[in-house]
Amino acid sequence: MSATVTLLGMALITFLIKAIILILGDRVVFPPKLRQALSFVPVTVLTAIIVPMVLAPQGGSLALNWHNPQLVAAIFAVIVCATTRHQLLTIMAGLAVFFGWQYGLG
Amino acid sequence: MLPLPSKLASFSAGARDTLPMLVGAAPFGMIFGTLVGTTQLAPWQGQLMSLGVFAGASQFIAIGLLAGQAGLLVIWLATFIVNLRHMLYAASLLPHVRHLPQRWRWLLGFLLTDETFAVVDSYYRQHPQAPQGHWYFLGSGLAMYLNWQCWTLIGLVFGAAFPQLQTLGLDFAMVVTFIAIVVPQLTRLPNFAAAVAAGSFAYLLKDLPYKLGLLVAILAGVGIGMLLIQLRTRASTEQRLS
Repeated sequence: MSATVTLLGMALITFLIKAIILILGDRVVFPPKLRQALSFVPVTVLTAIIVPMVLAPQGGSLALNWHNPQLVAAIFAVIVCATTRHQLLTIMAGLAVFFGWQYGLG
Repeated sequence: MLPLPSKLASFSAGARDTLPMLVGAAPFGMIFGTLVGTTQLAPWQGQLMSLGVFAGASQFIAIGLLAGQAGLLVIWLATFIVNLRHMLYAASLLPHVRHLPQRWRWLLGFLLTDETFAVVDSYYRQHPQAPQGHWYFLGSGLAMYLNWQCWTLIGLVFGAAFPQLQTLGLDFAMVVTFIAIVVPQLTRLPNFAAAVAAGSFAYLLKDLPYKLGLLVAILAGVGIGMLLIQLRTRASTEQRLS
């Protein structure tokens, strides 16, 4: 029961965050500076989420070595994406290297 | 004048352009499903979380907190912080959506994710005047939603049958999806510097409680980006004056 309450609370919080600005619509006005700041949000948030997952996948200390499949596959995916600009190719190639490296070395 | 694309054509174009994101979300949804078995949640509650919350990164973090017996308020606070970015996504999409009836804005808000934002934002940049853009948005959002439900269910089923799936590191799918979204945006120097700052702070502060390090990292990245834009504007003004 309490787990269900936790989940429903999470759902409500998430929905309000995602939708409140769209719901308020014209009542929200953004000054140009704020708009400029917003333009940096996706790139900073997504990078901030993934960098710790890549550099320390076990949650502990820095794993800057070839035995870290997350690191190897992430570097590979960045190179593929920078050279080809192809999203699907980047995702497939990154996953292939990740699983290949994990099993090859495991 | 070219005929306007129909609602159905816009809807299916949105779903089609989201295909790479569906591939990335699939293993991530599956590992979410398998990890539900490590908590006190029943399988139906795992599916309920995907149906109701529909935000991969925060669902993942909640599973970790639930497995660690964290309290209700901690989980809600982490959900709040980790999902705040969607407010900023909504703010940048608002100019394209504000003319729509309320029910549309509630629905599109609910369906907003990193992936759909990336796809829809790039669509609006290429088609600033897209009268059926909300159908494109709906196509992308619904494709992500159905995909997420399917892969959660598959993960729940497989997780119960093969508990060793949990150690496969399938959450790497989220990493590679986000790389595919971020890297094309790094060609501008302020964006690049903002990403480097955000990534560095996120790593250094990763052990702060309640994912607060993430929040600080985002603020640092946005701050560096703004600073660079200001320096550049000032430099070009001085050049013009001299």
